[in-house]
Amino acid sequence: MQNHKQHGLSIRTVVAIGIGAAIVFLLKRFGSVPTGIPNTNIDTSYGFLAFFASLFGPVAGFIIGFLGHMLNDLTYGTPWWTWVITTGILGGIIGLFWKRFDVEGGNFGTKKIISFNVLQIIANLGCWVLLAPTLDILVYSEPANKVYLQGIVSGISNAVSTGVIGTILLVIYAASRTKRGSLKQE
Amino acid sequence: MQLFGYAEQNTWIHRLSGATKLLAFLGLSIIAMVSYDARFLAAITVMSLILFKQARITWPQIRLVTKFILFFSVLNLLAVYVFSPEYGVQLYGTRHLILGSDGYFTLTQEQLFYELNLILKYIVTVPLALIFLMTTNPSEFASSLNKVGLSYRVSYSVALALRYIPDIQGEYHQISLAQQARGYELSRKANLWQRLRGAGKILIPLVFASLDRIDTVSRAMELRRFGRYRKRTWYMGRDFRTSDWLTLGGTVLIIVVGIGLFSVNGGRFWNPFR
Amino acid sequence: MPAIIFEHVNFQYESQAEPTLHDINLTINAGEKVLIAGPSGSGKSTLGNLINGSIPHSIKGQVTGHIRVGKLDTQEASLFDLSLLVGTVLQDPDSQFIGLTTAEDIAFGLENDRVARPEMHQRVEQWATRLGIAAQLHQSPQELSGGQKQRDAMAGVLIDDGDILLFDEPLAALDPASGHQSIALIDELHQQLHNTVIIIEHRIEDVLTRPVDRVILMAKGKIVADLKPDALLRSNELQQIGLREPLYIEALRYAGCDLNHIDHIDNVNALNAEVLAPALQSWQANATVPVTIQSGEPLLDVRQLSFCYENGPQIFHDFDLTINRGDMLALVGRNGVGKSTLSQIITGFLTPSAGTLTYHDGHTDIDLAKLSVKERADKIGYIMQDPNQMISQVMIRDEVALGLRLRGVDEAAIKQRVDDTLKICGLYPFRNWPINALSFGQRKRVTIASILVLQPELLILDEPTAGQDWRHYTDMMTFLEQLNQQGITMMFITHDMHLMLEYANRTVVLGDQGVMLDAKPSTVLSNPTVVSAAALAPTSLYQLAERVHIDPDAFTQHVIATERKVRR
Ligand SMILES: Nc1ncnc2c1ncn2[C@@H]1O[C@H](COP(=O)(O)OP(=O)(O)OP(=O)(O)O)[C@@H](O)[C@H]1O
Ligand SMILES: Nc1ncnc2c1ncn2[C@@H]1O[C@H](COP(=O)(O)OP(=O)(O)OP(=O)(O)O)[C@@H](O)[C@H]1O
Ligand SMILES: [Mg+2]
Ligand SMILES: [Mg+2]
Repeated sequence: MQNHKQHGLSIRTVVAIGIGAAIVFLLKRFGSVPTGIPNTNIDTSYGFLAFFASLFGPVAGFIIGFLGHMLNDLTYGTPWWTWVITTGILGGIIGLFWKRFDVEGGNFGTKKIISFNVLQIIANLGCWVLLAPTLDILVYSEPANKVYLQGIVSGISNAVSTGVIGTILLVIYAASRTKRGSLKQE
Repeated sequence: MQLFGYAEQNTWIHRLSGATKLLAFLGLSIIAMVSYDARFLAAITVMSLILFKQARITWPQIRLVTKFILFFSVLNLLAVYVFSPEYGVQLYGTRHLILGSDGYFTLTQEQLFYELNLILKYIVTVPLALIFLMTTNPSEFASSLNKVGLSYRVSYSVALALRYIPDIQGEYHQISLAQQARGYELSRKANLWQRLRGAGKILIPLVFASLDRIDTVSRAMELRRFGRYRKRTWYMGRDFRTSDWLTLGGTVLIIVVGIGLFSVNGGRFWNPFR
Repeated sequence: MPAIIFEHVNFQYESQAEPTLHDINLTINAGEKVLIAGPSGSGKSTLGNLINGSIPHSIKGQVTGHIRVGKLDTQEASLFDLSLLVGTVLQDPDSQFIGLTTAEDIAFGLENDRVARPEMHQRVEQWATRLGIAAQLHQSPQELSGGQKQRDAMAGVLIDDGDILLFDEPLAALDPASGHQSIALIDELHQQLHNTVIIIEHRIEDVLTRPVDRVILMAKGKIVADLKPDALLRSNELQQIGLREPLYIEALRYAGCDLNHIDHIDNVNALNAEVLAPALQSWQANATVPVTIQSGEPLLDVRQLSFCYENGPQIFHDFDLTINRGDMLALVGRNGVGKSTLSQIITGFLTPSAGTLTYHDGHTDIDLAKLSVKERADKIGYIMQDPNQMISQVMIRDEVALGLRLRGVDEAAIKQRVDDTLKICGLYPFRNWPINALSFGQRKRVTIASILVLQPELLILDEPTAGQDWRHYTDMMTFLEQLNQQGITMMFITHDMHLMLEYANRTVVLGDQGVMLDAKPSTVLSNPTVVSAAALAPTSLYQLAERVHIDPDAFTQHVIATERKVRR
């Protein structure tokens, strides 16, 4: 309908990135519980990130994750760049499948729930158990057994967070999408 | 902007463009991330502490953050030690024993030195990050990002994030109160489990309210022509001055020294044991 | 030359089963100033969105017919081109602030037009000065008072030099004095700039205090009248669609004056007083003295309260107030004086730095500080000013039922009570809708319903009638009055002076130094110092009464009493 050329992200995506990153930041700060292993938390922001990535796509997913995580680290003085990037990549990977899940179209049934969760588990484990610790070793020269343990714990807890919170949000959101032409005064 | 604590002042650091501070911060934090030369790291730390003083940041502004950082750094150092007490030996290739002999937990000079490097790495960027946060006007920050080459759309989304963090935080609080006023007990009178579940129940309306907000804000932005051209100007933008160029020059110089040390040391590690 | 033309326009929101607008034909000429009025949910904002191009560019739905704005066809033109023609001040002021500071917010459009920085600074400065907010340029828009927010939003669109200005309920949140100032400001700008001005507003009387070329009335998605103000006031179109006529018109009708023979009927200060005086005076002679209602014993005692927002000014210092059982108390005062803050302290949303709150429950005195928000809510119901802050469910029915569910009421009883309450609030036809498909006024009513259904002992309503049309607010207020007669105590915050006179039995005027006046409502407006210090304004009944030498209080009472009789 719009006849001007769209260059770059749509306005709605720009706003979604800003607000999404703000929420990721707040959840990281106030909505996460330490697991006992240093720097690893049960972190509700990952469930939310997966939800927003599924709604707004890979670019938004990447920037929301990266920005939210970076802002949070920045307030503690030390951005841990390897993990910041990994959060971004995770958001990006989940966002890649947004067309496939088509949450806007409503109807997020069992089939989609299962494939979403399979995807998010693979993505989370890939990111936290493989990618982040490997980057830590390469960049920060931290001992391998420490970072892999951190990675495994984070991977599991983030997958749980995404599985529970992400799925709930997606299901509720899809259900709230009103069907075309369905509202009648009764 | 309580969270990021920008406080208006008039020092030369405050007057620098946000882009300069951002580039300097990124450059220094990356070279500090890569380098394992304790002399170099210590020098940057000293320099950033001096800058800290110059930016007139006061202790109460940073007390909480500092304690937090110390706590986590110590925890991390301990973890590194517990997991790999001989990691330093492996890295530096020599073994100067201080305590213990052939048990799992030994203490070597190499390990101590390695962990000293680690702690320097943890803290070296802290003053810089705090300077950056406390002396950069958030309004100017977006224009800085745009200036250093990020597309203005992404830059603006950063501005929006900063703009909405306090709002959304307030909104979370309001929703929580509104829910309590309808009958959820979330105060100290409820047990932890109830409160956790309650927090989850707030997340959902918060997310939905945010989705509505995305629609209204993007509509308001559209009605005022955001995205009309490939470029936009910035009300709060700031032009580069001599001090900006000097700061950037200084940063480049430090990075060059850092890289130069790699070849002098024959790698990222400075090894005093050899 | 026409600035806006609608030809046979129908519009249906994507999620709706039926069209929201039906066969709209409308021409607005360049330089005209037009008021659009109509009941809540009649499609006024929707019409506005068709003019500024939000529909169909940002909001989805099916448009048929033709809409031309200037030389552009809104269906085909880009939103960017349209927005240069039409400047919109949206209904919900808080949501449209984008910038971190007021200055950036005003400059936002210019930034997108690539205007160079020095010019931008100069233009922002110029408009901010013109609208009187130059001192606020470096503050965050969130920190501004209601009236200043309004001006910020106006500056942001005026700076574009657009030909058409569209205001969607500019007065909804303003105190009476700021409301008058805003209308005066819009009028001055209109005279200087000669642009086309469209105002969507429920406060018809306030808008008509300055000249308007035409009034367009909407009801149920149709245009039902398109008249000059004087013709409109002589007709009874407003009554028919459930809107309030200006009060002085109502009074003239009651007194049996023939409206067709009154000159300058659209301006209470220009009416020919000598001609009207005899009729009004003889009508007033029949007035009966109203019975005064006695208040009961204290229900809530606020003592020595102090409160201050973090980094903000001290809002309360040694503040005392007693709410009596059976009160129907109106809390009034200028924007930003602390009315909402007081409610939030009473409900426990905010914690005071000093002072006590004592609730008298029968013979036991309860210290509210010891109760959690939830426990207080079992006794005190609070309807917040901004409906969006209260809504947490997706569907209307669930939202209203939430409190009952949490209290463990069984589902059958819930259904009954929810349905009853929805009927009172005029929402029954929408009960199965998601809340995001409602207009602003409808959302506000959802939040009122969601608290009314709980039937608390003390009910605090923060601007319950903002953005409501007369029929809905009369229904709601009548119901609240019945509840009050059954013994429920109420405190409502309002900027509507007539509402206060009509329903309250006690008025507390809040000022910067605490309670400025605590008296019978009718005495408030006859105290000029209080009126100006609290940014109140006398109603047009006062102006009329004074011009024909009748005691304004007695006159107002008589109008209210007559109105009740007529309504029954
Ligand atoms: N986004 C939407 N999706 C579906 N229906 C909508 C939407 N917005 C409004 N409506 C419906 O269209 C009708 C008209 O709404 P509109 O907002 O134009 O009313 P209004 O006259 O501005 O009312 P108010 O005075 O309360 O603001 C309402 O009944 C509402 O339910
Ligand atoms: N969260 C907050 N933080 C800081 N200051 C605030 C906050 N909320 C309100 N204020 C300030 O406190 C003052 C009182 O605000 P309050 O909302 O109680 O006014 P009000 O009397 O309800 O006004 P209105 O009629 O416009 O609703 C205002 O000056 C406002 O700017
Ligand atoms: Mg409306
Ligand atoms: Mg208020």
